[in-house]
Parts: sequence; structure tokens; C-alpha cells
Amino acid sequence: MTLLAQVDRARRPAGRRGARPGEVTGGAGLGLGLGVLWLSLLVLLPIAAITSTAFSEGPAGFWAAVTDSEALSAIRLTVGAALLVTAVNAVMGTLIAWVLVRDPFPGRRILEVVIDIPFALPTIVAGLVLITLYGPSGPFGINLVGTRAGVVLALLFVTLPFVVRAVQPVLIDADREVEQAAASLGASGFTIFRRVILPTIVPAAVSGAALSFARALGEFGSVILISANLIGKTQVSSSYILKMIESDEPVDAASVATLLLVVAVVVLVLLDVVQRRTARRG
Amino acid sequence: MKSTRHQAQHRTPTRVAVAVLAASLVAVAGCSASGTASSGSTDDAPAATSIDLVGFAVIQSVYEDLAAAFAETDEGAGVSLQGSFGASGAQSRAVIAGQDADLVALSLTPDVTNIVDAGLIDPTWADDDAKGIVSNSVVVLVVREGNPKDIRDWDDLVRPGVGIVTPDPGTSGAAKWNLLGAYSQALGDDDDTAAAEEYVGKFISNVVSWNDSGRTATDAFVKGTGDVLISYENEAIAARAAGVELEYIVPSTTFLIENPAAVTTDADPAAVAFLDFVRSDAGQQILIAHGFRSVSGVEPTVDVEGANDPSNPFPDVTAITVEDLGGWSTVNKELFDKENGLVTKLRG
Repeated sequence: MTLLAQVDRARRPAGRRGARPGEVTGGAGLGLGLGVLWLSLLVLLPIAAITSTAFSEGPAGFWAAVTDSEALSAIRLTVGAALLVTAVNAVMGTLIAWVLVRDPFPGRRILEVVIDIPFALPTIVAGLVLITLYGPSGPFGINLVGTRAGVVLALLFVTLPFVVRAVQPVLIDADREVEQAAASLGASGFTIFRRVILPTIVPAAVSGAALSFARALGEFGSVILISANLIGKTQVSSSYILKMIESDEPVDAASVATLLLVVAVVVLVLLDVVQRRTARRG
Repeated sequence: MKSTRHQAQHRTPTRVAVAVLAASLVAVAGCSASGTASSGSTDDAPAATSIDLVGFAVIQSVYEDLAAAFAETDEGAGVSLQGSFGASGAQSRAVIAGQDADLVALSLTPDVTNIVDAGLIDPTWADDDAKGIVSNSVVVLVVREGNPKDIRDWDDLVRPGVGIVTPDPGTSGAAKWNLLGAYSQALGDDDDTAAAEEYVGKFISNVVSWNDSGRTATDAFVKGTGDVLISYENEAIAARAAGVELEYIVPSTTFLIENPAAVTTDADPAAVAFLDFVRSDAGQQILIAHGFRSVSGVEPTVDVEGANDPSNPFPDVTAITVEDLGGWSTVNKELFDKENGLVTKLRG
């Protein structure tokens, strides 16, 4: 998604960079071949294997697997929590990126580093930290073990950096003279934000949000301790899938995984459409 | 515009460097904190023979000690152990999928028989006196220091307001021992299945955390979740020996945990000798020192650190076995079947 947006942006001022078609195609052919091969080995092949396992007992087997009541409640919780987390991230991530870029304050550099920690921390360590802080013997007296709020909290933690890191470079690059021009023409602060800044950062925020959605759908390690894995209440799809694998039910595991892939693709495409619309309007 | 972009580019490398540095420090810290639980090897120096061991997670330290002691013997001179440790079911599948293994040491017998069915272990592996079992333990109830909820026996677990933490039998094959313990003790002398079902129903409704493995169940309990953790005697002893503040209760009637080990069909002869060593009195003493009960019935010669009574570490109990319940295929079908198993139905 980020790539698409960048390509769109790069295309518009097509002047200096647009080399002759012949040269571009020669290099691009090799690049394209390598890229497709790489993607096939790493992404397409495993996805094909999962999908074929899911349908190895026919569509009926797939349907039975994903309509199992335990599977359904796990899928509902996972998708719902991922959507919620994505929406919160889109707003809070943009806000944090804004603060980091536009409001220089002491300790900003430290904060910059802290933001990436959720990426670096092994997720099971993240889970341990969360249950220590927000568990029964946590210092705040808040016990989120075995609650859906706990699941959302863990997902928020691991997906925080996506939107921040997507929006930040765009804000750094944004042309502040345009904002000054708008101000000199009498635009209010809110108008400048809505008409000038927002169109610039929305594509980046959306692509960051898409990544955080995808990550939240598949998250396991950080969730598994605080969720307590209660069937029908806090059991997430990744945990259900693990359970099906451990119980020698590969079709059930692959079917739920396939359904999640479909959900991910649908949401990514929807977000891409949003992104392109705003990019065009901006 | 140009000036801002230049500034941004100028600044980025330092920032990235700082972030990478900090991230790797955190990652290293995290890894060292959790590294012992995942996998490791005991291969310090290149040795003449190396045994590939595929084992379940909790036996790592005891098998490292066993390998060290084996290397001191005449047969074991120059033999080292290359260990891979993880969840029992996953380890079993890894061996079937082709992971190199001379010796497998797993939590429960079905994980070994799956490998036998795949043709990688001789079907006569369990023909010895101990039926292929190398170590025993029993299901115990782990409580917080001072036993604030006054838990003495299985009946206390189903009182209102008692929170139970256990690994999930769906994700952790080893957790089946816990549910078997709850079920079988409630059968009583007259084999009352209705009473056992009622008990398991109350038990399940008191579970506040079903964790994916014994490790995470212990983590959740230690971090304050629930009032009682269903665990194994050897794990409770090992945790106390490592300084974790908890108490454990060995119920007077409980379930016998039997951990099998077997060599693969194309195993190095050293692996066979090593497995014989594990079964020998010397090997069993090392297992005892780590809190396991001996299969061959040898008496402890040393105090077991971490046990309630280190000089008499293994109190006598009435231990029900899988065999008493009709064997693994029966209990897997009646209790753990995905559609109609008792545990599945009561949780659904």
C-alpha cells in the first residue's frame, strides 16, 4: 500500500525521472521476474498450500469449519478487535506523528526510539509485561485478564508503530510554505488542517492502518496471556487455529486461516480505495 | 521545501541507528529472559558422537544433566547431546515431518505412537517392563504462599469463587493429564461417571485462564491470575527450587503422569546406550533430583530441593493411570474428542 501511494506520488511530477521507455523496460523485466519469483516462494506458495488444505474436503468441509460456533466467535472477536484497534491507531498514530514532527520538545529523540519498541520486543515478552501491569497484581489496580479489553490493549500495543512510522516521513516532507500561503490567504487553522494537511497525510495514515489491521488479525504471543483464552469470550482466531493444529484438525485450522486471509484482503482493498480517493482529491 | 528535505535526510541515519541499537538491546534482553524456555543445545565442544534429542519443553534441564552424567561413563565417553525442546505435540509432528532425531522424549504416549505410525520408531518400543515410560510424576495443585483460599484437595477447587488456571488440553497435549486428574478422582471407588461429569462441569466453570502451554499457565498464575494452578509435581518442585514463591498440594488421590521416550529406527547406537542410562538407577536418581518420580522404584538417595519435604519428597498417593481408564484411545475419544468429548461439550 505504501508503495502504491509512493508510486502514485512519484508519477505525478513525471518529468526529470521519466527515462526512455526502452531502458526502463529492460531493467524492470529482470526486476519484475525476481520480484514475482520472490513473492511466489515466500507468499503465494504458502497461501496456496493453506487454501488447498482448507478445501481438501470440499467446500462443505470449509463451510463446516468456519461456521463452527467456537470458530465463529473467535473470528468475530478477532476481526472486531482488529477493526477497533485500526481505527484507534489511525487517529492516535497520526497524533503522535504530528507531535513528534511539529512540536519539538525535550526528550523527543527518546520518545522516537520508544515508539519502535513494540516491534522489537518478542511478543511473548510483551504479553508478560502487559499481564504484569494490567493483571490481578498490577500496580494500577486494573485487571484486564480474561477480558476483551485486555485483547484490544495487547493489539494496540503491538500495532502502535505502524501509523506513526507511516505518517511521520510524510509530515517531515510536507511543504510548510503551502500552509503559510493558505494562512496568508485568510484560512483558519482548522481549514488549513482539513484542506491542506489532512489530504497530504491521509494516504500514509491509511496505509499504516492497513498494516496494523493485518498484524492484529494474526497476533498471538502478546494476546495469549492476558486473554486467558476463554472460549466464546476472549479466544482469538490464532489461538483457535493453534488448537485445531494440536488436535489434528488441519482442515479446520486452514479454513479459519483462509477466511482471515479473505477478510484481510477485503479490508486492504477497501482501504486502498479510500487512500486513492483522498490522494486524488488532495 | 528543499531545505526541510535536506535536513530530514541528514537526520534520519542517526535516528535509525539509535532506534536499531535500542531495539536490539531490548530484543537481546527479551531473548535472554525467555531463551531457556524455548530451545538450546548442550553441545559445548565438538564430540565424536552427537545424539539428536527431540524432547518436550520441561525436560531440558534434566536431560542436560543426564547427558553430562552419561558422558562420564565408559559407554558415554565422547557422546554429546544435541537437544531440541518444545511443546510435545509440535515436537512429535516435527519428527514425523523429517526433523533429525535419534531419541524422542515426549510428554505423553500418543505423541510417540504417532511417530510409530509414521514408521520412524519400531512398534516394539514399549515392550520393556516400564512400557516405554522413563519418568513419572503426579498431578498437583499449586497455590500461592500461605494458601490463602485454604485449598486442600480436589473438592476445594469447585467451591464458588476459586479461580483455576490450567493449560488448555486443546493446545497442550500435556494438559490432558490435568483434566484426567480432575475426572478420574471424581469417579470414586464405585466408578460413578455421573458424579465425575458433574465434578468436571463445576471444575471447568471455575477455570479463569486456559493457557496454550504449561509454561504460559505458570506465567499467568505467577503474575496473579487465579487461585490455584493445576500442574505436575516435578514442575512445582522445579519452580520452588528456582525460587518461585508458591506452595503445592499433592492430593491423596491423583493422576499418574507417564512420560515416554524411544529411539528412532535409524538411531545412532549411542542413543540406545543413552536411553538405557536414563532407565538405569543412576539415570533415575538424576530424574529424582529434578522432582520426577522414578519408574523403576528406586529410592531417592539425595534430598530433592524444592519439594515440600526434601528428605521425603514423594508422598504416597493413590495414583490413577490412563490404563485404569481404558487407555489413551478411550480417554481421547470420551473426554477430548473435538465434537463429542466430555471436556469439549462442557466447555462449549
